[in-house]
Amino acid sequence: MNESNSAAKKIPLKNYVKNAYKYRYLIQEIVRKNIKLQYRNSFLGMFWTFLQPLFTMIVLVLMFSNVFGSSSSGVVCYPIYVLCGRLIYECFSQSTKRAMRSIRNSASIIKKVYVPKYVYPLSNVLANFVTFLISLTVLVVVFAFFYIFQREAYPDLVLSWKFPLIIVPILLLFLLSFGCGMILSVLNVFFKDIEYIYEVFCMLLFYITPVFYKVSNLNLGGKAWFGYILKLNPLYWIVDLFRSCVLVNGFDWNWKGFAYVLAFSVGSILVGCYFFYKKQDKFILHI
Amino acid sequence: MAKPAVVVDHVSILFNLNSEKIDNIKEYFIKFITRKLHYTEFWALKDISFTVEKGERIGILGFNGAGKSTLLKTVAGVLKPTKGSVSVSGVIAPLLELGAGFDMNYSGKENIFLYGATMGYSRKFIESKYDEIVEFSELGDFINVPLKNYSSGMRARLGFAIATAVEPDVLILDEVLSVGDAKFRKKSEEKVRSMFDKGVTVLFVSHSTDQVRRLCNKAIILKKGEIIASGDAMEVCAKYDELVNKK
Repeated sequence: MNESNSAAKKIPLKNYVKNAYKYRYLIQEIVRKNIKLQYRNSFLGMFWTFLQPLFTMIVLVLMFSNVFGSSSSGVVCYPIYVLCGRLIYECFSQSTKRAMRSIRNSASIIKKVYVPKYVYPLSNVLANFVTFLISLTVLVVVFAFFYIFQREAYPDLVLSWKFPLIIVPILLLFLLSFGCGMILSVLNVFFKDIEYIYEVFCMLLFYITPVFYKVSNLNLGGKAWFGYILKLNPLYWIVDLFRSCVLVNGFDWNWKGFAYVLAFSVGSILVGCYFFYKKQDKFILHI
Repeated sequence: MAKPAVVVDHVSILFNLNSEKIDNIKEYFIKFITRKLHYTEFWALKDISFTVEKGERIGILGFNGAGKSTLLKTVAGVLKPTKGSVSVSGVIAPLLELGAGFDMNYSGKENIFLYGATMGYSRKFIESKYDEIVEFSELGDFINVPLKNYSSGMRARLGFAIATAVEPDVLILDEVLSVGDAKFRKKSEEKVRSMFDKGVTVLFVSHSTDQVRRLCNKAIILKKGEIIASGDAMEVCAKYDELVNKK
């Protein structure tokens, strides 16, 4: 009795790996579904993946280089600078938000059919990354525009061999989004309030991540410690690494930042997976 | 003797009735601080054991709230038993409430692949079954229409068509043969019957003893989480009818 008792409580971890292989089709299908449905019934469809970051970039540039003054001083090419920050931030916040809601949104399936539950946060993050990768073309287009037509205005803008290295911060971003998404999805099952709290947190994150400003331009006065706090934010470093590949003049690849983000991301995944594994059998009682 | 298809071994399931309701932090903290986090324990299943051999069709009878659906969910692997264990050999196709894996904004065609993947089948495999599924569901041109515009009968037909087309080893039917119009009901009963010949194992929940008599060779009656009768379908059905009439 005791033996079967413990056997019933936990499925061994190696079965999860086997399951992941079996359910790869499900992951594929959910990714496909999320991408297909995201822009269905809108007239421009997939074009919004390009247009949305482009338009928000224009809004941010108009506001912060003209209305609010000197955010752009000392930046190689402010529109590209803003675009990089906004792409990374938006990808992170959307991935984690979607992963957070994924378990609750799939309640009807989870209650009826056995599926490994991590499939839902994982495939939601993956789907968001596919649209993110597509939206990177807008970066290429904007870069090409300034590089070709605005050569005189931005002499420091150079095309470098480092550009393809953006894949490194993107991978870090994926790990971080997945880890945080797993943690949030568990929390959201037990406490729905997390959805509202996280909404506010994302707003905070938008301001503490240097999307439209440069930390060295900030007038911190005596509060230098504030600068250190900003650098605790892993997104700060992902944005920084990303920009160091795109705007090579003005940013250096920071190995310390890289190590910090890598450790932070892997840590978040370990915590997220452990938390998820421990709590997943209780999901069904709460959704 | 081959390995039994389903073994349910001393399974008990406990629900904490209170814990299902608290889902916000404020409530949790208030109750935690005021020490009102006491739960009402409710055993939905109490020490259930039975074995289903390959190719057997077992009917599960019982009044509302007897634990029938809980039992099926446990067999399907959705609910973890609090005590005891369940083992199933082979592919299991749960038909608990048809269309649970559907997405309403997706067309019928896209849903076929999604539902197939939810059961663990590849796109290629479903493609090979696609024509059969569409034909059986009788949806015709509606297959390219989003599911939100389907009638409930159409959804049920599609779900039934997919779950039976993949030829599972164990089929779980939760009052699903009562959906659709009379014609489709007859057709789906025939389909299930034809699967018997291939040796499929069936767990069938129904309120109709007629259906259980027609489809099953064994049956059990659940009452308040306990098995009160099991054995040959005819005998158990007679007993169940007696219980119903007594009420």
